[in-house]
Amino acid sequence: MADLTCALPEKKMQYRHHLPVRLMHWINVIALVLLLMSGLNIFNAHSALYWGESSYGKKPSLLEIRGVEDNEGNLIGGTTRLFRYEINTTGFLGASKNMDGDLTERGFPTWITIPGNQWLALARRWHFFFAWLLVANGLSFVTYSLLSRHVFRELLPTRQDLDSIGRSVVDHLLLRRPKGEEAARYNVLQKMAYLSVIFMIAPAMILMGLGMSPALDAVFPKLVSLFGGRQSMRTLHFFIAWALVAFVFVHVFEVIVNGFWNNVRSMITGYFKIPSELDNE
Amino acid sequence: MSNATGIDRRGLLARMIAGIGAMTLGGCQKLSDTTWFPKILGFGEKATQGVQRLILPRKAMVREFSETDPRPFRSNGTSLPNNPAFLAMAKNGFADYRLIVDGLVEKPGMFSLAEIRALPSRTQITRHDCVEGWSAIGKWKGARLGFLLEQVQLKPNARYVVFHCADPMNEDGSSPYYESIDMEDAFHPQTILAYEVNGTVLPISNGAPIRLRVERQLGYKHAKYVIRLEIVENFSGIAGGKGGYWEDQGYEWYAGI
Repeated sequence: MADLTCALPEKKMQYRHHLPVRLMHWINVIALVLLLMSGLNIFNAHSALYWGESSYGKKPSLLEIRGVEDNEGNLIGGTTRLFRYEINTTGFLGASKNMDGDLTERGFPTWITIPGNQWLALARRWHFFFAWLLVANGLSFVTYSLLSRHVFRELLPTRQDLDSIGRSVVDHLLLRRPKGEEAARYNVLQKMAYLSVIFMIAPAMILMGLGMSPALDAVFPKLVSLFGGRQSMRTLHFFIAWALVAFVFVHVFEVIVNGFWNNVRSMITGYFKIPSELDNE
Repeated sequence: MSNATGIDRRGLLARMIAGIGAMTLGGCQKLSDTTWFPKILGFGEKATQGVQRLILPRKAMVREFSETDPRPFRSNGTSLPNNPAFLAMAKNGFADYRLIVDGLVEKPGMFSLAEIRALPSRTQITRHDCVEGWSAIGKWKGARLGFLLEQVQLKPNARYVVFHCADPMNEDGSSPYYESIDMEDAFHPQTILAYEVNGTVLPISNGAPIRLRVERQLGYKHAKYVIRLEIVENFSGIAGGKGGYWEDQGYEWYAGI
């Protein structure tokens, strides 16, 4: 919180992240990494995506990752087709080396899946365990941030923020680092990114996951048809996962360009050093 | 910052981050291979079962589709059982087929295909969701399992229906497929012993002469080539003791997600 700023000699330290937020942040890091990797192992069990209710309807799949064989049936490579565009992805998608170093037909390679070998039953255990952890953590975060007013104080863009979106975009593109008073709070793009992940992308992710459950289909039948069907929900679940990965890449990029150690420390100890207006570091 | 403690702290942080990364990648594989860790992970699926059973009304029905939706239903798992007795029966149009119903029932019995077809039936166009991720829509007709169970009269301690199948899962003809459901699913109106798919007699590739449809769960629960219903109180003594062929390989008994 900005009002807890205390002036240390020469450098301004701000107590930026409270303990519950720091704790929940790192739980998210662990859960999201494990969910992505176990999710890719689950995807590998049927490495194609469709739109609608059925995988065997009139329309072909939207995405298909598969192995390519020569005339004798030996695996020679991997290919990935998105809509009508197909590219050779040997070594990464469709065919890659297994844990013993042999070329095997598999969607995503072993180094990005949990478990590394193709093992759907265990991948599902990893996935559902950390899905519950993510849900519990997310609900705790939302409750905490509403009760402590973290959402209203630090995350909700102010009127002034909204007027300065254009300038903020330019600042980000030029990698201009905020200083002094400006560095003591989140910028408008940052606020909007966090809010959309917390209140839109993550809940949508969980909803699409639940939409694949045949049991829940009996409780919320309208929900699945609203998104076009179970296979559509599986497809959306897959692409939203990559949207989250994209967010993490931008997030980590911003952490690096805006003072890596300062940012990482603030998420561990809570203290963030405000770059002074005169600082030209 | 360039003082000594700062550098130490940075070094420590870097080591911590590298350590966490290595633990995630290498450790997950090691943990996967233990026997205790997958059991802890299993609490996630147990929680799913608890919550779904809590919020799911006992008779909540899955969506049924229209006549325009059914597509040729794909075959998955066994498409031709490697079982001479079954193949001989199939050659004869399943005239000698008898569905055995025994275990914790007052009136154990055997039902011919004609007798099963004479039971109250239900026709439903539903979506089949495989644990692998694909879905297929099919139109199924079959005898209502709940009605059949009322005929044989369950004993008070009857908790599960075990479906014994004619298809061996090992190449040497051993380890027949089996599955099980509890009474909540057994007496659900959409739970049927199907003998028709898409308006024709159930082909061998889809589980002839009888396959289970238990619509609120994933595909591996829908046992094919069913030859015996055994009513039990628990699964001890049946194959691996987990209540199903895939359950014995580590898949969850409750397949609602």
